[in-house]
Amino acid sequence: MTDTPTHAPQGSDAKLGPIARFIRDTELDTRMLGMVGALLLIWSAFHFYPIIAGLFSGNGLNMGAGLFITPRNLWNLSVQTSMTGIMATGMVLVIITRNIDLSVGSIVGVTGMVMGIVQVNILPPMLGLGSPVIWIITALIGIVLGALIGAFHGWLIAYRAIPSFIVTLGGMLVWRGAAFLTADGKTIAPVDTTFALLGGGPSGSVGAVGSWIVGILGCIAVLWIIQAGRKTRTKHGFPQRPMWAEGVLALLGCGVLIGAVLVVNAYTWPKGIVDAYVKANPDVVVPEGGLQISTGFAIPVLILIVVGILMTILMTRTRFGRYVFAIGGNPEAAALSGINTKWMTLKIFSLMGLLSGLAAVVASARLNAATNALGTLDELYVIASAVVGGTSLAGGVGTIYGAIIGALVMQSLQTGMVLIGYGDGSYRMIAVGVALVLAVYLDNLYRKKTK
Amino acid sequence: MANTGTPLVEMRDISIAFGGIKAVDHVSIDLHPGEVVGLLGHNGAGKSTLIKCLSGAYKADAGEIYINGAKVDINNPRDAREYNIETIYQTLALADNLNAASNLFLGREIVGAGGFLDDSAMEAETRKIMARLNPNFRKFNVPVSALSGGQRQSVAIARAVYFNAKILIMDEPTAALGPQETQMVAELIQELKKQGLGIFLIEHDIHAVMDLCDRAVVMKNGHRVGTVNVNEVTDEDILGMIIMGKKPPQAV
Ligand SMILES: Nc1ncnc2c1ncn2[C@@H]1O[C@H](COP(=O)(O)OP(=O)(O)OP(=O)(O)O)[C@@H](O)[C@H]1O
Ligand SMILES: [Mg+2]
Repeated sequence: MTDTPTHAPQGSDAKLGPIARFIRDTELDTRMLGMVGALLLIWSAFHFYPIIAGLFSGNGLNMGAGLFITPRNLWNLSVQTSMTGIMATGMVLVIITRNIDLSVGSIVGVTGMVMGIVQVNILPPMLGLGSPVIWIITALIGIVLGALIGAFHGWLIAYRAIPSFIVTLGGMLVWRGAAFLTADGKTIAPVDTTFALLGGGPSGSVGAVGSWIVGILGCIAVLWIIQAGRKTRTKHGFPQRPMWAEGVLALLGCGVLIGAVLVVNAYTWPKGIVDAYVKANPDVVVPEGGLQISTGFAIPVLILIVVGILMTILMTRTRFGRYVFAIGGNPEAAALSGINTKWMTLKIFSLMGLLSGLAAVVASARLNAATNALGTLDELYVIASAVVGGTSLAGGVGTIYGAIIGALVMQSLQTGMVLIGYGDGSYRMIAVGVALVLAVYLDNLYRKKTK
Repeated sequence: MANTGTPLVEMRDISIAFGGIKAVDHVSIDLHPGEVVGLLGHNGAGKSTLIKCLSGAYKADAGEIYINGAKVDINNPRDAREYNIETIYQTLALADNLNAASNLFLGREIVGAGGFLDDSAMEAETRKIMARLNPNFRKFNVPVSALSGGQRQSVAIARAVYFNAKILIMDEPTAALGPQETQMVAELIQELKKQGLGIFLIEHDIHAVMDLCDRAVVMKNGHRVGTVNVNEVTDEDILGMIIMGKKPPQAV
């Protein structure tokens, strides 16, 4: 690897620049690199905007003004992303198979309301207030209800041949209405205290040690995946990645993980919560300068990570995932290959419903209440996340990690607009709308170039 | 060839209509082990529709299908695969966004421990069969949308051949192939015939039919014009059947 691009002999490497060679040898997905680049650009723009704006308004350079790339904001961002992210992973499957689901926000609403009633009005009299199984039963009911609603949509789409756009448009209205009727529009609060932990917040996070455990397990997984990959390539005599490329991948993977741990651990509990904690635990020693408790990863973020991993395995390593792609690529060919495409469609929508139910768990726990407006407009952000993340509306193409990064991009725009003082809905909506169209346009250009 | 034993496949009195159009109208054909039966006819004669009733893509409105003398019910492509019927469709029926190996094994993936896909094993198998069918084939790691028409065709052929079919349906298998590749398919057909497969070959090239087939069935407007033993007739006889629907005396 010593030849320079200009003087190299006519080999396969000859025409590639160092960056192209790096990407080829590491086999990194250039699309993902582009998305991560865009994300970092958005973050820096929001971070430095107040500083630059300050410069122009004559207040001089104020390096402390950047608010975006701070542990506190990034931690918040991670929690806010988790809800759309969870649903976006399912929307990928729906869109890959050339369908759409407009009902996810309303499914969040109705399952959220049902879970509110179950855990506040029904279970406590049966099991006793604060019973440790309330949260499990509640969450299961919400998730199963979501899956059933999704399965019903899928049945109408697959076996009654009603277009998914229509079924889920109808579903969007029906389930939002149903959410209202479950409690005549009343808000149900507060939720079960254990259930509330699923929404994140300082006590709904795993702390410094827990986060390190997560990070280190993640690093071990990265190394194991690289090692396993080498083994299968050897077994079948396929060419290996160069060792340096494997090293770069390992460093990148572990670096991102450890970086994330450092960020979430750098965000410490707000003072009010620490004071309350000290009061409740009189035997803790408060050091000089106050007690600093690392928040660590929030539980909803861990839920998103687990969902992301499971969905990635489902899509890349199982028959189910293979059939999802095949149906998206050519539904007729999939059917002729013996794939039961109708049953697949039903299962895909059921999975989408299940994930919406799970998102409702996180959303209502985070709000510490169930309201019939929960999840309103979420369908649009979820679809936008999947599409910004590279899922093609023409079908057949999409990745889970892309959708999660897409959700992070969409959430960053929303949070960023608030932070720089354009938080009132109108500017925020304009920014998000423009970003969506721009992202799809850039993606088209990218696909044309790589074809 | 004396076709005395039980036929491998017998399709009796098959009819199927789309809307008002009778695409196939009371057609009967049969196929014996080690035999190649050509299916000829003008565009829209009903050839593809007829064999799709055997491959499970369509369900016939009327008629019966017998495999090895036993009446069978083929309701979908999975049923057809159960009877070792493999099909190369005229449209090739590939998922454009998947690579060659994923297409070859679609619906019959190799899974390893825990039921997870073993993509490397599938790729290795694909490399093996492609080395036999199309040694110039290199594009294993790209979606088949990036392949040429002929390369796609070889993937479709590989898929039909790989799974040890007993009954092979080839709907214009050489339509997109160059002369050398066409020759390879001809050799493949002869090899498979020796192995005792029964093959339905839909083909517009009469010379190819005369070379490769034992019998030829001619269809016109959904009807069967007649069936001939190719060694008893001339090109002109068959052309006459296709164009004029004229049945020569040797035909049944
Ligand atoms: N799915 C369908 N829906 C409606 N009509 C159909 C369908 N499939 C076939 N047909 C009609 O049935 C008739 C027979 O078509 P078929 O595809 O079997 O012809 P073919 O003999 O294979 O012709 P070719 O040589 O052009 O492939 C045609 O009139 C066609 O328009
Ligand atoms: Mg045809």
